[in-house]
Amino acid sequence: MTETTSAPTEITESVAEFAARARAWLAENMPRIDPTNPPAADRGEEEPWQRVRELQKRLYEGGFAGICFPREYGGLGLPIDYQKAFDAETRNYEMPMILNTPTFTICCATILDTGSEEQKRQHISAALRGDEVLVQLLSEPSGGSDLAGVITRADKVADKWVVNGAKTWSTSAFAADYGLLLARTNWDVPKHEGLSMFLVPMNSAGITLRRIKQVNGSVEFCEEFFDNLELDDDAVLGEVNNGWHVASRQLYHERRAVGGGSEFASGIGSEGKTDVPVDYAALLEAVGQADNERLQNIAGRALVYRMVHAQLINHVYHGVNDGSLPPAAGSIIRISHAVNTQLEMDTALAIAGSAAVVDGAEGLLRVGERYLSRQSASLGGGSTEIARNIIAERILGLPREYAPDRGVPFKEVKRNRS
Amino acid sequence: MSGASPERLLFASTAQAFLEKEASLTRVRELHDAGVSFEPEWWRRAAELGWAGLLVPEDLGGGSVSGNGVEDLAVVAELMGKTVAPGPLHPVSTVLAGLVDAADERWREEQTIDENHSHATTIEALVSGDAIASWAVYEPGKPWAPLEPTVRGARTATGFRIDGVKDRVEAGSQSAILMVVAESEGAIRQFLVPTDAPGVRVEPQRSIDLVKRYDRVTFDGVKVDESAAVGTAAQTPTLIERQAQIAMVLQCAEVVGILDRVLEFTIQWASDRHSFGRPLASYQALKHRFADLKIWLEACRATTRAAVAEVAERSPGANLAVSVAKSYVGEYAQGMVQDCIQLHGGIGVTWEHDLHLYLRRATLYRSMFGTPEDHNLRVYGLTKELEPAS
Repeated sequence: MTETTSAPTEITESVAEFAARARAWLAENMPRIDPTNPPAADRGEEEPWQRVRELQKRLYEGGFAGICFPREYGGLGLPIDYQKAFDAETRNYEMPMILNTPTFTICCATILDTGSEEQKRQHISAALRGDEVLVQLLSEPSGGSDLAGVITRADKVADKWVVNGAKTWSTSAFAADYGLLLARTNWDVPKHEGLSMFLVPMNSAGITLRRIKQVNGSVEFCEEFFDNLELDDDAVLGEVNNGWHVASRQLYHERRAVGGGSEFASGIGSEGKTDVPVDYAALLEAVGQADNERLQNIAGRALVYRMVHAQLINHVYHGVNDGSLPPAAGSIIRISHAVNTQLEMDTALAIAGSAAVVDGAEGLLRVGERYLSRQSASLGGGSTEIARNIIAERILGLPREYAPDRGVPFKEVKRNRS
Repeated sequence: MSGASPERLLFASTAQAFLEKEASLTRVRELHDAGVSFEPEWWRRAAELGWAGLLVPEDLGGGSVSGNGVEDLAVVAELMGKTVAPGPLHPVSTVLAGLVDAADERWREEQTIDENHSHATTIEALVSGDAIASWAVYEPGKPWAPLEPTVRGARTATGFRIDGVKDRVEAGSQSAILMVVAESEGAIRQFLVPTDAPGVRVEPQRSIDLVKRYDRVTFDGVKVDESAAVGTAAQTPTLIERQAQIAMVLQCAEVVGILDRVLEFTIQWASDRHSFGRPLASYQALKHRFADLKIWLEACRATTRAAVAEVAERSPGANLAVSVAKSYVGEYAQGMVQDCIQLHGGIGVTWEHDLHLYLRRATLYRSMFGTPEDHNLRVYGLTKELEPAS
């Protein structure tokens, strides 16, 4: 067990000393990789999840897990500079990258914000030890953008909560131990006021899980059906009927994490081969166009966007911290990420030419296949349309969209025609 | 300017007050109507606020309140963008960046500042605002190619003889001194040439901006002393690189100021105007455009800050960071102002509305010191160089 002290962390080590200690420890304890050719870590497979639990356990035992999480919950309680310095040191080592989001950056961050003392002690430290993987159970088959309009229900029957409904687009739920499930607990009040968040053990009776196959063949996302799933009161995260507050924290953390701006993520680099940044010089070389100035120009433009996106992440992170930008500015990063991905995919496709669509000696069919999933970056974590509403309304202060469900008891709100 | 020191904040608020009072949009229009680019006396007062000395070390008469002159200079440029202010901040700073580094190098070599060779007098006159200088780097009919001059500086018994033509020389007509990039004895050199020297002819060129003026300068057998040379031949490419970096980050910072101001008053306009009984700003089609404008503004700010920081630190990545900023800001800025014109409706395309003042400056800067397309190629090349062979 970790020490239980709520005293503020005394920092006795400089960032440079911490980094030096991390460098030595990583060299002794973590597997080396070639960062330009990282090992595959397909979120849709079982094996990578076993692997990252093992890697996370090593980090924890070495005293380098949860650098920005408080010490009383198993972390180190250090400022982000330490995390960044650690990240830089991990460049050539295999890290449990797929645990970052959603487990650490969204779920644990939200439990830290809203959980009971017992929940924080249990879940955050279990995750930091590599013993617990968490997932979000938010979106429903009935619709994604109007999250507060969920219709999965949790009814109090005697001393139990009984859950019925369905969730979808949960990342790697098959590999998770716990899920953060948003359900309606009161139908007689407006939509935001009748929701509750539950911490659900994924192996419970009453949960049926199905994989969703995406265009690129990936099966990382899941759909879950709940048939009289029973939960106790201590499964509630935050307060009953105050689940929207908890969900809002998740969305906040998600927007920051998706753009790469979370202090709770550990390690840099790609999750696996499909996530490696496009190497434009190699691509031009592969199609025999290394000296083609027209292609160099569009590649250069894509590189400019990539670098500006990285600079924007840093700018927004500091802007939110020092108050010059509101927390909703995470949506700026979210959109920039989508726009950047679109440009990268489009540029790679343009350079690869027909080699991206008919497999040839160049071996570039993967460029075309990757292009087919281009829009995932504009949809996952909330569509860019919703993100633009958020920027317009919560950053620029423009009038809110007209919503006929505002202030209306949820049971009277019009829903999908079935 | 989040996280700025109290000294920086005071410096910025003083600069802002001066600009609001002495360089308003009304003033810019008056200058234009009178056919004046800027008033030397006005610049002298700006120089008294320290604007011309920010890149100059204290022992040469300059200094910066925050200790980071490049960042302070970017703060001034951003504020100037808010009213598309006139004045020779860019040409004077660009020349000083070269002179100061050349003097610094000589000092390191000789451990003494020789008045004749260090250009200390010129630096002093520029810092005080008594004199204006400009960088003669472009040549007629040629794109941004600072290291490919055709102007010649032939060796004579006592110095050099300059022949050839430069153009797009900002504030050339107002300048007492030009820093001329020339080919000399198989190397690239820079020479300080007084504009009243025999053989120098300055002819104004029309520019798209209301007050920023540019000139074509012909050098016809212009004789200068040995001491007119700036720095050594070996040092010159590095000096030119630094001067170009300063010129480009100043442009980017000023454009950030322009975009900040234009977006601010366009949002206000869309919130005040009503059509079909509701504010323009309540339409989702327009809200999404404002959201994009905000994203691009913050991206321009982020990349400009990153470039300014790298130039200030003289980091090895400064060239790349500057080209990234110059490409991105150049690609987006004038398109964003055009969007804001569209969002204003018909009033946006009138002479009466101030939008075109901003559009002019943003369009000017897109195309000077390399287009986004030029910088994309540079970014591609630099990235390829930096990448470890794998």
